[in-house]
Amino acid sequence: MDDLKQTILEYVKHEYLDDEDEDLGYGTPLISGGIVDSFSMVSLKRFLENRYKISIPDAEASPEAFDTVDSIAALVVRFKQA
Amino acid sequence: MPIRSHREDTMTVTYEERLRNFDWRLAADELGWHQGEPLNIGWHCTDRICARGLGGKPALLWEDFRGEERTYTFDDLRQLTNTFALWLEDLGVGPGERVCLFMDRVPELYIGFLGVLKMGAIVQPLFSAFGEDSLWTRLDNAGTCTIVTQQKHVRKVRKIVDRLPGLRHVVVVDADPSKPLKERETALDLHGLPRVDAYTVHPTGAETPSVLHYTSGTTGQPKGAQHVHMSILGQYLTAKWVLDLKEDDVYWCNADPGWVTGTSYGIIGPWANGVTQAVLDAGFNAEHWYRFIQKHRITVWYSAPTAIRLLMKEGADLVRRFDLSSLRHLCSVGEPLNAEAVVWSEQAFGRPFHDTFWQTETGCIVITNFPGMKVKPGSMGRPFPGIEAAVIDPKTGQEVEQGKVGVIALRPGWPSQIRTYWNNDAGFRAKHIGGWYVCGDQASIDKDGYYWFVGRDDDVINTGGHLVGPFEIESALLEHPAVAESAAVASPCALNMEVVKAFVTLKPGFVGDQDMELEIMNFIRKKLSPLAMPQRIEFIEQLPKTRSGKIIRRVLRAQEFGQPVGDLSTLMND
Repeated sequence: MDDLKQTILEYVKHEYLDDEDEDLGYGTPLISGGIVDSFSMVSLKRFLENRYKISIPDAEASPEAFDTVDSIAALVVRFKQA
Repeated sequence: MPIRSHREDTMTVTYEERLRNFDWRLAADELGWHQGEPLNIGWHCTDRICARGLGGKPALLWEDFRGEERTYTFDDLRQLTNTFALWLEDLGVGPGERVCLFMDRVPELYIGFLGVLKMGAIVQPLFSAFGEDSLWTRLDNAGTCTIVTQQKHVRKVRKIVDRLPGLRHVVVVDADPSKPLKERETALDLHGLPRVDAYTVHPTGAETPSVLHYTSGTTGQPKGAQHVHMSILGQYLTAKWVLDLKEDDVYWCNADPGWVTGTSYGIIGPWANGVTQAVLDAGFNAEHWYRFIQKHRITVWYSAPTAIRLLMKEGADLVRRFDLSSLRHLCSVGEPLNAEAVVWSEQAFGRPFHDTFWQTETGCIVITNFPGMKVKPGSMGRPFPGIEAAVIDPKTGQEVEQGKVGVIALRPGWPSQIRTYWNNDAGFRAKHIGGWYVCGDQASIDKDGYYWFVGRDDDVINTGGHLVGPFEIESALLEHPAVAESAAVASPCALNMEVVKAFVTLKPGFVGDQDMELEIMNFIRKKLSPLAMPQRIEFIEQLPKTRSGKIIRRVLRAQEFGQPVGDLSTLMND
């Protein structure tokens, strides 16, 4: 689980932060914190689907589900098991 | 500048009463301004409100996603905008020069906006999520001399600063002392500076350029819509009559000041009325939003259809967990508000969202559902008093019959209309037909005079209430090493009304798979903006073109919307 979270965290840092020195942790609010907006969420969802060979239905890709690395990792685990 | 007494309406006046004997001089009278006198938006939103005895009243209730809070009174706002204006003057910025504000919704953005106007420069707010190409295009076009930004965005500016020889200053409002600044960069600790109590506001006139907002069209790069200080007349009166702002209101506008709603109604309109406004510098979170309304006892809320539809997805039960009884008037802007959202808001909040129609070029609301007016769910409402509107045939400039579809047109002459596009007057003139300014939106008018939106009359993509031009996206796509040709069109979306879809042909040796799709999405998101990022990409062998080789987007767009493609006789590869 930690590897999964670390991969997602690094991806978010690299792709969505203008300043990669900004503090970002597993619990940092991404959507409600304005780091990833609802438009960018589409590319983040696509990354997860490509990387982990899963399909996340649009109904499950809510701002809450994508709000932290913790919640995203939980979502990925759920769909990997499905 | 003279101070006049402020007439406060104590009861809602009907639309028909407003129409009777309407004259824009009413707004001038209430603002205490006479033709020929200096007129400065920065002064009117701060000094004048203080001179009316409201200096101690909260002007800005600010909060961010971490829960950090700050409150600024109108007197704080007056002094801090003075401080900002004088600091810019000392930096060497002069009247008429363009100063870009490239920040999240931090207090410095709101203070800076009015400060720039007070010292007579032109303020150019840009959405902080813009990528480096979008930023460069707009700064280069405007000949911007100074950009004010945050530490978190300064790297983006550094990537393009060498290609902007006219950019003299990069001002960082929250500079981190551990990160050395580079050439042309200056730190500004606004709250650490001694406050300036007395400042001589630049004597701008009604026609002096004030705000430069960039907006997209079908062809060419984005155009700088040039507003003037006189726009405050329209913004003041529409905020008062349409948003129904009264002095004891607490008002919340969801829009970012990188877009025109965020300045016309997120800064000028409410503060010219002396109204307290709340700002939440955070992304979307339904619970957080409701908690924010509950906490600040928000009374008037100006939102957008995409946000409302996101709230709808969270359900009405969530609404009932909060005390939102303070809300008394709700409005929406950005794209047509669907009937379901109007009905849902009545069920969830006990009152409907009132749709309002306007655009960057109009500067203020021009067609609207007035307070007290019967709301026809799905309709844009009726023209604001003083606005002569019609639905015309874009080929002839003649009004179409009632119920027929044409394009929305406005007779020029209202105070908030832009005066031109920056360095592109021909582009602005081209939007006029037969004495009408043509908005580019198709609509019809019913027997009661209500306007009903049908769609765009051009290739511009309206996504989440923001207009995105296909040319800018296609130009950026061509910079990707794998892309041979592309066409960007609107694709229907239940949440955002439309999203960008790119049809792409690849160069030999590249494969159009899911990884390529993601790579192109991120490429555009970082170069332009998340709004411009194609949410859908289709790799095809060949794009539809005319005999002369011009890509025909309408075929692809029609395909996306399941509409007939029309006359294909000119297609060379059909």
